[in-house]
Amino acid sequence: MQVELLEIRQHMAQFPPFEQLSDDLLDELAGQIEVGYFQAETDIYRHGDAVEYLHYIRSGAIDLYRRNGDLYNRLSEGDIFGQFDLLRDRRVRFPARAIEDTLIYFIPLAAFQHLCEADDNFADFVEVERPRLESTVDQQRKGHEMLVTRVRKLASRAPVMVESDATVQEAAQRMGEHSASSVLVLAAPQTADDSHAFTHEDGQLRRMVGILTDHDLRNRVLAEGRPASTTVGELINERPITIQSDESVYEAMLRMLRNNIHHLPVLYRRRPVGVLHLSDIVRYETNSSLYLVDNIFRQPNVEGLAAMSSDVRAAFVRMVNEDDNSQMVSSSLSSIGRAFTRRLLELAEEELGPPPVPYCFMALGSMARNEQSIVTDQDNALVLDDSFDPEQHDAYFLTLAQRVSDGLAACGYSYCKGDVMATNSRWRQPLHVWQQYFRDWIDDPSPERLLHSSIFFDLDSVYGDEAFVESLQDLVAGRASQRPRFLAAMARNALNRTPPLGFFRTFVMEKDGEQNNTINLKRRGTAPLVDLIRVHALACGSRAQNSFDRLEDINKTRLLAGHSGERIRYALEFIAMVRIRHQVIDIQEEREPDNNIEPENVSDNERHNLKDAFQVLSNAQKFLKFRYPMPSQKR
Amino acid sequence: MARREQARDTALERYFDVGVPTPETPIGDVPMLAMDMETTGLDEQRHAIVSIGVVPFDLQRIRLAERRYWVVRPPRPLNERSITFHHITHSEIEQAPDLDDVLDELLAVMAGRIVVVHYRHIERTFLNAAVKARRGEGIHFPVIDTMSLEARLHRQSWWARLRRWLGRPPASIRLPDSRTRYGLPPYQAHHALIDALATAELLQAQIAHRYSPETPLREVWN
Repeated sequence: MQVELLEIRQHMAQFPPFEQLSDDLLDELAGQIEVGYFQAETDIYRHGDAVEYLHYIRSGAIDLYRRNGDLYNRLSEGDIFGQFDLLRDRRVRFPARAIEDTLIYFIPLAAFQHLCEADDNFADFVEVERPRLESTVDQQRKGHEMLVTRVRKLASRAPVMVESDATVQEAAQRMGEHSASSVLVLAAPQTADDSHAFTHEDGQLRRMVGILTDHDLRNRVLAEGRPASTTVGELINERPITIQSDESVYEAMLRMLRNNIHHLPVLYRRRPVGVLHLSDIVRYETNSSLYLVDNIFRQPNVEGLAAMSSDVRAAFVRMVNEDDNSQMVSSSLSSIGRAFTRRLLELAEEELGPPPVPYCFMALGSMARNEQSIVTDQDNALVLDDSFDPEQHDAYFLTLAQRVSDGLAACGYSYCKGDVMATNSRWRQPLHVWQQYFRDWIDDPSPERLLHSSIFFDLDSVYGDEAFVESLQDLVAGRASQRPRFLAAMARNALNRTPPLGFFRTFVMEKDGEQNNTINLKRRGTAPLVDLIRVHALACGSRAQNSFDRLEDINKTRLLAGHSGERIRYALEFIAMVRIRHQVIDIQEEREPDNNIEPENVSDNERHNLKDAFQVLSNAQKFLKFRYPMPSQKR
Repeated sequence: MARREQARDTALERYFDVGVPTPETPIGDVPMLAMDMETTGLDEQRHAIVSIGVVPFDLQRIRLAERRYWVVRPPRPLNERSITFHHITHSEIEQAPDLDDVLDELLAVMAGRIVVVHYRHIERTFLNAAVKARRGEGIHFPVIDTMSLEARLHRQSWWARLRRWLGRPPASIRLPDSRTRYGLPPYQAHHALIDALATAELLQAQIAHRYSPETPLREVWN
């Protein structure tokens, strides 16, 4: 190692993408660097200058500008710039100016190219066709949870155990008592220093000599005509296949497949601590929130439901820690939210009696999109049969709506601040009134009128007569795409919330130069992305409600150019995931989770990716404005 | 030039042949060579050079790819075991070549460049003495001394005199303290090459803040 360059390589090794380089590559790189000093308030590059280097900020800070003079990005120690220019036409696209006294390491083109060839991570990070945001999202998905989850997490029930001289009948009785499909078989150690021995609960030395399963009772006892008095010891194979409790679930599954077995005794050293069944793995793999939903439907009253809200948080933390992606997490949370709503309606109907006319309970906003987070309020409405007579029937539905709304509030879904709830008589109307609402919004739009109505364009049935809500979805999908003024008004509103320009050390940099020290990832990230996806989805007549499903529909058309649909998907996934992760941190540190993150709590890598994601959002908003212009009005 | 005509050593002859930029050359056009040495002491008659680090640069770029670094063996054995050098072991020194073996290479990278040091009385006097001892004639060359540029500002200006008159301690003109004033990062290592790099960065900063690329060489050299 070249000791004289330690100073340089140690600095670079702290920052992406250099942090992942091998020591050899880093040494080689450090030896080729050129250094330049720029006084504060001096230009580093002007637009169109030739670029022959990748630039690394060793100290100081710089601003990058758009051609129109707007600030594009602010970079500081450890950030890089110029990679896109190098991969494009080697001309400066964003002029750079030092805003502090700045020392820059210039990495020559040849060294840059060599790194791209020698290190895939480096190439992924800088490559323009495959921005680092996408590769990060993919990498997260690849980190499969089965590889990292330990067996002990799944086999939490203590094993049922019998002595080897017990009869198969006794063993079957024990299995019946414990609803177990297997028993572990114990025997005295063969020698005093038996390496498989452990101390049993009763203080005796024991060793686990085998496992007896349902399967054995059928095939080896009943089918072969053995008596019930047969001892367990006669049936089992000595030296059973086992797994240690800290091995991975993936390893457990391989061992089962390789040996064609469905039960795997789990040991902590030599002591049996459980039995893993193939179905445990399957259940784990499909969805752990299924269990929670099942439990919700068993609750006899609102109190029981409200008591489950801590389980919901625990399930949320578990899902995130198991590296599920944001779509899985938020669709699970939405299923849970829907389950609460449905159970509350069932309980209300039990008490109030059957509804006087058919109805459909409609979810709006994030629940309708299946994109709920752990921090969410309720947005709902009632669509009633056209035979609804307010004089006769409304008292019933008002009470029903109140039960649900109060119940949801008790379960942690706070009341809607905009009063978009079925308790509001405006949003408790028969189908024909709802159809008129939607026709009015679509046919006679203005940005002001639609400002508080966009939430109604994410709609889905939760309970009751689904056909009502489906007919509204059809109306929207068929009509909206034909109304440029409506799309233009929706597009205008989708631009109201903009992403921040970027992060700068401990604060958020806004376009107007203002600095904040927190950032609301919903308001500045996921919500505007969802808004703009909704506009495109309405324009292409999609009936999908989920943003990712909508993007798929959009990508079937030519609405978005090239890869921009994919980029939007990655940006939404990434911002949503950061938001979710920070909510988990809040819960784990016993704070009330919210949608805010503090830039100082964001890792370098996360910060770089977030910047990219915000950039995608910003570009997509520009395109939206251009794509749906306000048509000139004929009056 | 008189020195060239007198030079009988071929390496020195080549060095003088290339010459140095004229005093009127704008500093922005001057090729430079940052240099730092580690020595066994401060007296060039009694002490010797142990390592030399050089980095070619100009006002735009410091080119690390062209850096050179040598450890050399002092002619007098290092009987003082107490002398410790950062990054250099005694056995490394014992196995190192004599300065004479690297002198041709050193003179080759110095040719045509103005040497930049922080505190000129070490590098210039030690190199002159060492060359004289080995090649029979000395080497005198103009240097830019970043320490004396700092001293002009912090020791000789009316402001510095006023501070002194008020009894304030004078600003430190040591390399790390000087760098801090220009927003340059601290370097941990004490190593001839890193110090040469640090000196080159300091000069770029000094010119950016106090002078301009058009400043004639004569205003900054010694």
